[in-house]
Amino acid sequence: MVEIKNIEKSFGKLNVLKGINININKGQIIAILGPNGSGKTTLIKSILGLVIPQKGEILINGKNIKHNESYRKDIGYLSQIAKFPENLNVKELFKMIEDIRGEKGNTEVLIDFFAMQPHLNKPLRSLSGGTKQKVNVILSLMFNSELYIFDEPTVGLDPISRVKFKEWVKKEKQNGKTAILSTHLLSEVEELADEIIFILEGKIYYQGSPQELKIKYNEPTLERAIAKMLEQYNHNV
Amino acid sequence: MFKIFKYSFFDVFRSRWTILYFLFFLISSSAMLYFSSNLSKAIASLMNITLTITPLISTIFGVMYYYNSREFVDLLLSQPIKRTNVFFGQLTGLAFSLITGFVLGLLLPFLFYGLLVSSEIWDFTMLLLSGVLLTFIFVSVAFFVSLLNEDKIKGFGISILIWLYFAVIYDGMILLFFVSFNDYPLETPAIILTILNPIDLSRVLILLKLDISALMGYTGAVFNQFFGTTLGILLSVTSMFVWIILCFLGIKSIIKRKDF
Repeated sequence: MVEIKNIEKSFGKLNVLKGINININKGQIIAILGPNGSGKTTLIKSILGLVIPQKGEILINGKNIKHNESYRKDIGYLSQIAKFPENLNVKELFKMIEDIRGEKGNTEVLIDFFAMQPHLNKPLRSLSGGTKQKVNVILSLMFNSELYIFDEPTVGLDPISRVKFKEWVKKEKQNGKTAILSTHLLSEVEELADEIIFILEGKIYYQGSPQELKIKYNEPTLERAIAKMLEQYNHNV
Repeated sequence: MFKIFKYSFFDVFRSRWTILYFLFFLISSSAMLYFSSNLSKAIASLMNITLTITPLISTIFGVMYYYNSREFVDLLLSQPIKRTNVFFGQLTGLAFSLITGFVLGLLLPFLFYGLLVSSEIWDFTMLLLSGVLLTFIFVSVAFFVSLLNEDKIKGFGISILIWLYFAVIYDGMILLFFVSFNDYPLETPAIILTILNPIDLSRVLILLKLDISALMGYTGAVFNQFFGTTLGILLSVTSMFVWIILCFLGIKSIIKRKDF
């Protein structure tokens, strides 16, 4: 589904990605982890075409994404920060994205599912941070995309919406959808991800399932296993 | 592009700042008409307001809009749509809502005053045209500068400096230049320097049409003498379009290679 071949990206003198290779199969959920500034967001933005890598190539469904925007029709992206045009209302925003995509989304189902009914006619500037994030979640899920990209999806969501979000993602996975998830919440990773990709200073440091990681470092929780992994890394450096 | 344009237009048009902008022109043009009780004089007074305020407000709105929609742009760019469509849709949406406020604010009082049956209708059209072109130019300049600067304060500062340069400093520098090179023929440099400043271009445009030689200043007089009224107007309108096209090309070349 997604093939990332040896991509490199630097901003000025700062090398953010130093040769990343990832292969994501259809129906998999991959969690991209790493400390702040390790290059997670740059990697995600490269897949979306927002950041243009200096080297390497990214293929989605076998097609190179360079100079091509149509591939994004298969992607549902959930960004970290929810900020929208202030004077539009929620309904208009959904309509806008449907217009841009040129397809009808399953908004009604999602509006019910996330209990957004009372907010539909409110201007976006008047919504609370959490409600805006719910709007953001619906925008990413509304087109039943083949590939989902979630960047810190549940930050700011209330516990009920958080549970519902995960429920929806699991359902989509059963339908054969693929997802890339970047988060700091390890409970989420354990619950959703099939595979972890741990990035350190622009390189993949660990790749494998959460269970394997726990076994490898002989720790009962993912959090501790990662802490141990980082400790060893720092020790070696 | 039209899809983005439509929503940006409505978003900005509903903001209370656009309404204030409309009210500002409504009140100024009503006041000018009331005090001067003469369409021609009112147009000349409104010219000075238009030439200062439209570039300033377009610059401020352009910068604020760009930085405010920065995160939303990420979301738009992750949709199956070209980068150029996203930015030019936003730019034109913003410019058109400002233009709507400006045109309606000026037009309504003049219509009440019998503009349509007066002989000044073309003078007034020139005033509107230069306001419209200036809005486009300065919104584009603001977008251009903001795209080059991730830092909000820096982008804002540079944009305001550009406005200040064209609206205030430029004239002073020209004057200094002319005084220093008094002994040489200055017609050609004067024309070139005017073309390089869109605000000067619109001043010449309106004054040529109004035919008030006393207000034309050196550059206006040279324009008039060199090209006559019709050719002068054509030349200044064309130069303003060239300004817009250059800004658009600049924006296009940045967004092609920019990382968001």
